[in-house]
Amino acid sequence: MQHGKYRFIVGFLAAPLALYAIFVIWPFIQSIYYSFTDWTGLSPDFKMVGFDNYSRMLEDQIFWDSLGHSLLFALLLPLVTLGLALFFAFMLNVGGRRRKGAAIAGVRGSGFYKIAYFFPQVLSIAIVAVLFAFAYNPNEGAINGLLRAIGLDSVQPQWLGDPDTALWAVMAVLVWSTVGFFVVLFSAGMASIPKDFYEAALLDGASRITTFFKITIPLLWDTVQSGWVYMGILALGAESFAVVQIMTVGPGGPDYSTTVLVLYVYQTAFRDGQAGYATTIGVALLVITLALAALVMRVGRRERLEF
Amino acid sequence: MKTTDTPPAGVTEGRPPSPEKAGAPAPAKPKKDVTGSALNVFSHGVLVLWAFMVVMPLLWAVMTSFKDDASIFESPFSLPDRLHFENWSRAWSEAHMSDYFFNTILVVGGSLIGTLLLGSMAAYVLARFDFPGNRFIYFLFVGGMSFPIMLALVPLFYVLKNMGMLETLPGLILVYIAYSLPFTVFFLTSFFRTLPTSVAEAAMIDGASHTRIFFQVMLPMAKPGLISVGIFNFLGQWNQYMLPTVLNNNPDNRVLSQGLVELATSQGYKGDWSGLFAGLVMAMLPVLAAYIVFQRQVVSGLTAGALK
Repeated sequence: MQHGKYRFIVGFLAAPLALYAIFVIWPFIQSIYYSFTDWTGLSPDFKMVGFDNYSRMLEDQIFWDSLGHSLLFALLLPLVTLGLALFFAFMLNVGGRRRKGAAIAGVRGSGFYKIAYFFPQVLSIAIVAVLFAFAYNPNEGAINGLLRAIGLDSVQPQWLGDPDTALWAVMAVLVWSTVGFFVVLFSAGMASIPKDFYEAALLDGASRITTFFKITIPLLWDTVQSGWVYMGILALGAESFAVVQIMTVGPGGPDYSTTVLVLYVYQTAFRDGQAGYATTIGVALLVITLALAALVMRVGRRERLEF
Repeated sequence: MKTTDTPPAGVTEGRPPSPEKAGAPAPAKPKKDVTGSALNVFSHGVLVLWAFMVVMPLLWAVMTSFKDDASIFESPFSLPDRLHFENWSRAWSEAHMSDYFFNTILVVGGSLIGTLLLGSMAAYVLARFDFPGNRFIYFLFVGGMSFPIMLALVPLFYVLKNMGMLETLPGLILVYIAYSLPFTVFFLTSFFRTLPTSVAEAAMIDGASHTRIFFQVMLPMAKPGLISVGIFNFLGQWNQYMLPTVLNNNPDNRVLSQGLVELATSQGYKGDWSGLFAGLVMAMLPVLAAYIVFQRQVVSGLTAGALK
């Protein structure tokens, strides 16, 4: 494979690499540079201001609010989502009644559950957010309507209108829309665990719950870990932007109770005309994203099990 | 994102084998399994509950899209008195759903072809050729997966503005391609590595050029991988919300996800809720239908990446 090799390599890499450099790499580098300037985004003039943006950020209460919410999203959402998904996947694949000679089996209808649970994953997060914004409407929405229908007339939360419940309402939507993906992901992983392991454990008198913690979790650990990072990145980035921006008042309200870093970057840059300061907040978001990935990979490191 | 022994996605099509069929001869004791059946009742309950929670909002939206405005609020959980198809036609034409569909098809069509072509070219070279800088370029692409896109969007907005491509469909297509490349290159590089080299070598001996080998030998062989990554990108680009929201605010060029949010605001003012639900369902149905038909491919396409 020598003849014309380098010409071919250059020819094939040029277009993708150029596109990637112009639209992805270059803006990233620029944004780090802009974070040290007072650029408004509206005019081409700006000057270097050193670390002014960074010290301003440390005194910015909205930044700290956004940071807190983003961290909550990045830590709590994967925990709840992956926990639920692991439970469902275990039930679907291993939790069924013993029958027809198989030592382990999924519950009846597991095929149906897997299809249904996956539905939200193929829908746009924007559609999901619009649908739930309507369902959360305190007077006309389906959720309070359902509460009234079962006789809970006194329990009529304001949901998105109340600073105490708004953030949880938004997080519930993200859980709703992502659990199915991980159920299917973990199901595929569980299917590759040899059945003998379960049979041997059950023969030795282990309960289902023991097999879950002693066989399923350890052998699925790599998948859980990469799922955690994946969910963390989603919860810090595009998904949380969409739900908060579409569902909440303000957006980010009421009273900054739902604002997240990615939304604050957007608002600072495109609503407030402070592009330089926005990139500073963006750099903070970058640091947190990378730290989260490193943390999950390091804390979660275990001896890899071959099977 | 690595497991030691998970075969690449395209190859695993057909998995997972349904547990019911995995009928190994039974070593199980015929003892009465008390915890098993208690667990079984409990797990069934929870599974049914979650299925209900997932399916009901969607069914409710479909049902609501056929009702008139008054009955949406008076009796939200009852069936429509008759099928109000006029909601759908109103949403389709007056609320511009047809335009949003058209724009989305244009943008996703263009960017999907571009993503697959450019992604597979880069991935093939990175997977099959040794040259200085190979690893560096690979990690440059793959690193893009873990960076928060919003950070780049602030300068990118002005980059596009200076190029005159802000708020245009071609600009959006190029941006979609660029931001789909990291995962596509990552996925296809490992896929090309698994393909046998002997066929390409035979073609080489027969005098085929590198370019010809790529298009006539390697791409057809990589079809399962291209389908998986194609489905992944199709759904990601079809459902994309953040990129168009930041980079494409021209009302004429709105894509579906933006259009629906716009519809939620404008129909909210007008009180045309039935029209809003018709629009929502209209946007939901094609992907749901495609998912049900191509269920296995969609699932393997979407989960393949994370399993690697």
